[in-house]
Amino acid sequence: MTVRAILSLCLFLLAAVAPASAIEIQEVRTPKGITAWLVEDHTVPLIAMDFSFRGGAANDPEDMRGLANFLSAMLDEGAGEMKSEAFQSRMEELAMRMSYSAGQEYFSGSFRTLTRNRDASFALLKLALNAPRFDEKPLERIRQQLLVSIRRKSADPDHVSFMAFKKLLFGNHPFARDTEGTEAGVKAVTARALRDLHGRLFARSGLVIAVAGDIDAKTLSRLLDEVFGDLPEKSGMPEVAPPEIPPGPRTEIISRPIPQTLIVMGHEGMVRSDPDFIPAYVANFILGGGGFGSRMTEEVREKRGLAYSAYSAMFTYRRVGVFFASAGTRNEKAGEAVRIMKAEIARMAKEGPTEKELEEAKTYLIGAYPLRFDSTTKVAAGLLAIQRENLGIDYIRKRNDMIRALTLEQVKAAAAKLLHPERLKTVLLGQPQGVGAE
Amino acid sequence: MRHRILISGLLALAAALTVLLGPRDPARALDLKAKEYELRNGLKLVVIPDHRAPVVTHMVWYRVGAADEPAGKSGLTHFLEHLMFKGTDKVPAGEFTRIVKRHGGQDNAFTTADNTAYFQRIAKENLGLVMRLEADRMQNLKLTSKDVETEREVIKEERRMRTENNPRALFAERLNAALFVAHPYRRPIVGWMDDVRRLRLSDAMAFYRKYYTPANAIVVVAGDVEPGEVLKLAEKHYGSLINTAPKAERVRTREPRPLAARRVVMRDARVKAPIIQRMYVAPAYPRAKKGEAHALEVFAQAFGEGATSLLYRRLVVGERIATWAGAWYDGNNRDYGTIGIYATPAPGVSMERLEARLDALIGEVLEKGLPEKDVKRAANALVAEATYALDSQFYLARMVGDALTTGSSLADIREWEARILKVTPERAVAAARAVMRPENSVTGLLLKAEPSANAADARAKGPAAAGKPAREKAE
Repeated sequence: MTVRAILSLCLFLLAAVAPASAIEIQEVRTPKGITAWLVEDHTVPLIAMDFSFRGGAANDPEDMRGLANFLSAMLDEGAGEMKSEAFQSRMEELAMRMSYSAGQEYFSGSFRTLTRNRDASFALLKLALNAPRFDEKPLERIRQQLLVSIRRKSADPDHVSFMAFKKLLFGNHPFARDTEGTEAGVKAVTARALRDLHGRLFARSGLVIAVAGDIDAKTLSRLLDEVFGDLPEKSGMPEVAPPEIPPGPRTEIISRPIPQTLIVMGHEGMVRSDPDFIPAYVANFILGGGGFGSRMTEEVREKRGLAYSAYSAMFTYRRVGVFFASAGTRNEKAGEAVRIMKAEIARMAKEGPTEKELEEAKTYLIGAYPLRFDSTTKVAAGLLAIQRENLGIDYIRKRNDMIRALTLEQVKAAAAKLLHPERLKTVLLGQPQGVGAE
Repeated sequence: MRHRILISGLLALAAALTVLLGPRDPARALDLKAKEYELRNGLKLVVIPDHRAPVVTHMVWYRVGAADEPAGKSGLTHFLEHLMFKGTDKVPAGEFTRIVKRHGGQDNAFTTADNTAYFQRIAKENLGLVMRLEADRMQNLKLTSKDVETEREVIKEERRMRTENNPRALFAERLNAALFVAHPYRRPIVGWMDDVRRLRLSDAMAFYRKYYTPANAIVVVAGDVEPGEVLKLAEKHYGSLINTAPKAERVRTREPRPLAARRVVMRDARVKAPIIQRMYVAPAYPRAKKGEAHALEVFAQAFGEGATSLLYRRLVVGERIATWAGAWYDGNNRDYGTIGIYATPAPGVSMERLEARLDALIGEVLEKGLPEKDVKRAANALVAEATYALDSQFYLARMVGDALTTGSSLADIREWEARILKVTPERAVAAARAVMRPENSVTGLLLKAEPSANAADARAKGPAAAGKPAREKAE
């Protein structure tokens, strides 16, 4: 059974109103009670399906950090009667793509198949989700790969600076930890722990599915029931309580023998469900989210040549959000770059954007929205995010109107609500000069 | 958020167009015919209709890359790419991107060893606008010394961020510089810091005048458009541009006859997981003998791409002496391609042992060949890859531009799939045998700085370790 909602994706560009291209989202409800959003498009003979379960790395046991991520690496390593090599060969024969990732709060899967191998690929996906094997040999092999990956990341300045920033924000809360876990945690993972997690995580409550491409609702309904219909109803993954982010400022300097200092600064942001999220998003776009033309890029890069990349961004968990800004600059200029970045955050908090900046941001954000939906893969990813955030099946239609309706006062108020220069927690990694730790 | 990106090694994806242009499944396509035109001033235009969303990808490609730079000016191509955003009389510095953004579009640019490209993704109504902007900066670039000074600092930060902060990137740069003995592919695209410091406004303008001409440019448009309309727009905006310089010849030093295996051993305190990487100079698609690059593509896929490859099955799954192992072929360059192999040792396995096994396995495969089913599977996987690549309008446009600026043709792209499927195990291995010889290679070890037992051994052996019995057998 399908409920159809016709959504059109309109381009409003300056005076010209472009012909609307319809993105038609169908809500597919299967006999077994699985729900998915589908956008049919038969241009390219492939099907993209993104899905996610509730729960993830934040639920990892204290002594097994990295467990959920470990599971994400084991799902193409054998299932049912097929051992790892047989499974991998079958995937290759079918040219099927399947990958998983463990975020803090969601465990996501991404599945691609060519139309001609559709049913066989879905059958293999079913096997992976319902009957993974966790054989000892592949488990040990993956364990070594995960350990190497953790070691490598520990030497990556970008990664280390962001993890240090999260630590300043989240303290001992799981969100401060790398989803890949620790060496000790990964070493402690057992087949039994993986099986147990699999049993609790892969459930129909909290399951979100988005499909795009060369498939109709009826066929999809049948395949969804095959793949997901036999999973248990109840998820065994408790929601993790949100962290308390300390309001006070802090600066941490991490000494590394590298020529460029990486700067990350930020503080608590907004959750997606905050009524001011969209105006705050626009304020951040003008501050440093919009690349060239944004204040951060113009002041740090274009005017002064202090960095190749200087930007600000927002990211969200279910119940807490983060605002941050980042740049990389030669060590001797670190102090100057930090001062400029802080000054720009303070100026936006105090004065907000100008009328002209707001108008330009709006025309860009409205006009560029269709670029997010110009491939099957992007449509599936977009639909998954909209469902997860509970934005509603008509969000794509309404979104540009919401941007268009924003007033300067609203965006100013949201900027003041989002940005708090006096609370910035700052990490400097490298050999920074002209700055002191607080 | 990385703007003005710099891409050094293109993925070997000559693929997608095959599916797009091929006759295999015409019913599928809305309009899968790429059309090619040439304007009177020599500017080439390719149009690839894709009607899924009301947007276009517009790209202007120049047939000039880092390998065309004069001596002592490494990084000049990429430097000019950045400076192209610094304005003309009509469009002042920084305005280009602002105008595109005001029309809901995105823009950026990238530089490779063989080409430089500028692109916009935007609603189809604005195709004329972005053509006008690109045509303007093809002829009317105006630079101030202030802009040049500031942008040079930005590029130095780019080099620090992408290369110098990261031992693996430094290792890759040094390996590449050792692999190519004389050909300018040995240069990093971003340039050596010493050269970048000295790049001047006059260098950039001379380079600009020489290479940024309509006869040296290829415009690729993919998206919700009809070829006829696009041709009209192109005539209007690009048709009147004049060639200010004769078409520049691309003279590059060819590699001398390979005589000596190279060896690069790099130690860095930041390295947490050592790696061995071998690279060979190989033929590239545009200049390879018929079917030869395809044979190398299939060989590399079967030998080392993914968990089903021979290398992974043997060293990672079977013998468990490597944590990771793989191989690739990169043939989408004008003059030379590369075959690369890499592996990370499993715990307790010395680099010597891993290297010896790697060499033995290479020797075995080159002597005994690859199983037929591996070769079949590899060819099919490559073709399937093409279908997935078809999903991205940007990659499509990029592939076409890349092929045409390196000397391949649309016909080559059309025939790609058939040639891949025709590769026999004998052909794949014969092609690899011709390439994978020690004197044609560099072997690199990236090791932890503190002199562990393994590192000390590797150092003691030094360059002498390059000529391994297994590989001699392979010759």
